[in-house]
Amino acid sequence: MQGNIACAEGALAAGCNFFGGYPITPSTEVAEHMAKKMPKMGRTFIQMEDEIASISSVIGASWTGAKAMTATSGPGFSLMMENIGYAVMTETPCVIVNIQRGGPSTGQPTMSAQGDMMQCRFGSHGDFSIIALTPSTVQEMFELTVRAFNLAERFRCPVFLMSDETIGHMRERIVIPEIVETKNRKPLEKGKLPFEADSDLIPGFPVFGEGHRVHVTGLTHNAKGYPDTTNHKIHSDLVKRLVEKVESKRHEIADYDILNNDAEIVFLTYGPATRTVRQIIKDRPDLHIGHINLRIVWPFPEEVLSEFKSAKVFIIPEMNLGQISREAARHTNVPVLSLPKLGGEMHNPKELLLAMEEYL
Amino acid sequence: MTPSLEEWYRQERMPHIFCTGCGNGTVINCTLNAVVEMGWEIDNTIFISGIGCSSRAPGYVATDSLHTTHGRALAFATGVKMARPEFNVVVFTGDGDLSAIGGNHFIHACRRNIDMTVICMNNMIYGMTGGQGSPCTPVGAISTTTPYGAGEPVFDLAELAVAAGANYSARWTTYHVKELTKAIKAGMETPGLSFIEAMTQCPTSFGRKNRQRQPSDMIEHMKNHSILLSKKKRLEEEGKSVPDDTFAVGEFARRNRPAMGVYKK
Repeated sequence: MQGNIACAEGALAAGCNFFGGYPITPSTEVAEHMAKKMPKMGRTFIQMEDEIASISSVIGASWTGAKAMTATSGPGFSLMMENIGYAVMTETPCVIVNIQRGGPSTGQPTMSAQGDMMQCRFGSHGDFSIIALTPSTVQEMFELTVRAFNLAERFRCPVFLMSDETIGHMRERIVIPEIVETKNRKPLEKGKLPFEADSDLIPGFPVFGEGHRVHVTGLTHNAKGYPDTTNHKIHSDLVKRLVEKVESKRHEIADYDILNNDAEIVFLTYGPATRTVRQIIKDRPDLHIGHINLRIVWPFPEEVLSEFKSAKVFIIPEMNLGQISREAARHTNVPVLSLPKLGGEMHNPKELLLAMEEYL
Repeated sequence: MTPSLEEWYRQERMPHIFCTGCGNGTVINCTLNAVVEMGWEIDNTIFISGIGCSSRAPGYVATDSLHTTHGRALAFATGVKMARPEFNVVVFTGDGDLSAIGGNHFIHACRRNIDMTVICMNNMIYGMTGGQGSPCTPVGAISTTTPYGAGEPVFDLAELAVAAGANYSARWTTYHVKELTKAIKAGMETPGLSFIEAMTQCPTSFGRKNRQRQPSDMIEHMKNHSILLSKKKRLEEEGKSVPDDTFAVGEFARRNRPAMGVYKK
C-alpha cells in the first residue's frame, strides 16, 4: 500500500467523517482516496476552492462534532496558517496532514523535504502549542494518523501529520489491525461554562446543536466564550493555558524508540532518515551506533537526549537546513551535528557513515 | 411553542458594540423576525460570521455561533452545513468581508448553491478598522484610504450572486424594513444558497466623511437613490435612461438550480 493511501485508511479507521481538501502534489492521493471511500461510507468529502477554505470547512465541521481532516503540502500549508491559529484559539480538534515537498514557494512539487517542521510549530501568529507526528514507514502512516485523531480529540488542538514525499509515495506491505482504538473528545458537562477548563486544562466540548448555545470566537474570550479583548489577565491566562495543556503533558505525549543508549555516537532522526540509520545499524553492528527515532517531534521530547549518558555527539540528518537540530541543541550540552540535505532525496548510508567518521 | 423574537437574542450580551445610528441592528432585527416567522428552533440553527462590524452580530444571537476569520465565514459555514445538513445555517457578513478578502469563497458558495442564508450588511466601508474604502465604496466617496474620492468601480453583490449561481438573491436597504424581512424569509424558504444584500448606514465611518452626518441622512439617501428592479427593467425596456446615481432593489433571482446540503427528512 502507498503511504498516502495508508494515511487515508488510518483516518477512516480513526473515525474521520469529514474531509475538506484541495489538490496539491505530493499529497493528492490522500484526498483522492477519501473521495472514493467516504461517500460510500456515508461520510462527507468536499473539495474546496483553496486551502484556506479547506481548513475553514474542517474547523466548521469539527464544531458539529465531526472528526475532520485535511491534507496538503507546503504552499497549501502556508495558506492554512491563519486558521490553524483560529483552531488553536477556539480549541477545535482537527488533523492536518502535510506531505512535505521542497520549498520555499512552489519549489520542488514532486520531491521530498522536511522544510515545514518549524512552520507547523510556529507558523501561525501569536504564542501557542501543537502536536506533530512524523511517520517513517507506511505502517506508521496508518498508525500515526489514527493517533493524530486521538490526540486532537483529547487535547483539542490542531494535530499535524508531518510526513514527506518519500514516505507518502512509498509502497510497503502493512498490517491493518481489526480493531483500532479511537478516542472521542470529552463532552461539556452540564453546569460548566463552555471554555471553563477542567483540571487537565482542557474544557469539555460543546457540540453544536445540543443546546449549549455556545459562542465560538477567535477573539480573546472568557470562560463563557464571549469576547474580552482588552483585559490583560484574561488574555494571558488563556494563551498560557492553551500552551500548557499540551506542554505539561509532553512526556505523556512523547513517542520514540531508542537503541543502544550506552553509545557514544547517537543519531536522532524522524521520517525518512530513520530508515537510513536503521540500515547502517543493520549493516555495521561493529560500530555500536545509538539511535533515537522520533514519532512525535512536537512537543519536542527533550528528556530522550539525557537517556544517552555516554553520548559524545548527536547527529541529526534532516531534509532541511537543521530545523530540529536547533531544537535539540538547546536541550543538551553534548555537541549536536546537523546533517542537512536539500534537493529532494533522503540521506544515504554513505553520507551518514562519513559524517560519523571523525567521532569514531 | 416556537421561540419569540426576544428569545433569539443573547440579552446578557447587551449593550452591543455598534455605534449610535448604525444600521446593523436593523438588519439583525429583520433577520430574527424572519427566523421567528420561519418557526425555526434556536438549538437547530447556527449563525456564522467572519470579521468586521457585521460579523459581531452572531455574538448577540442566542444560537450556537461561530465568529471566524476575515473573509472565511462561508468556508466555515460550508463545513458546518455539509457535516450536518439538518442545521439551519445563517451567515452574517459585510461588503469587505464578503467581496474583498472573501470574494473567492462567495462565488464558490453560490456555485455550490449550499442550502444556507447569507446576509451581507453592505455599509460601503470598512467600519471596524475606522473607515477604509471597500470594493463597494461608491466612486467619488471619501474614505480614509480614498481621501481624494474612491476611483475604483464597485461590485454589484446581488448581481454577482446571481451570476455565480445562488438560488435566491435580493437587495434592500435598512429603510425597506418590511421588504428586507420578507426577502430574508423568502431566501430561507428557498433551497440552495440565498443571498440578501442589506444596504446599511454607517454614519460614523461613511456618513461623517460624505456629508451624511446624521443616520437619517444616509437612510434618506438610500431611500431616494434606490429604484425598484422591476421599474429599472421597465425603463430599460422602454429605452429610457436609468439615473446614474441609483441602485436597484428587489428580488434578483428565485430559482431552482441543483443545490447542495439540502436536508431531506
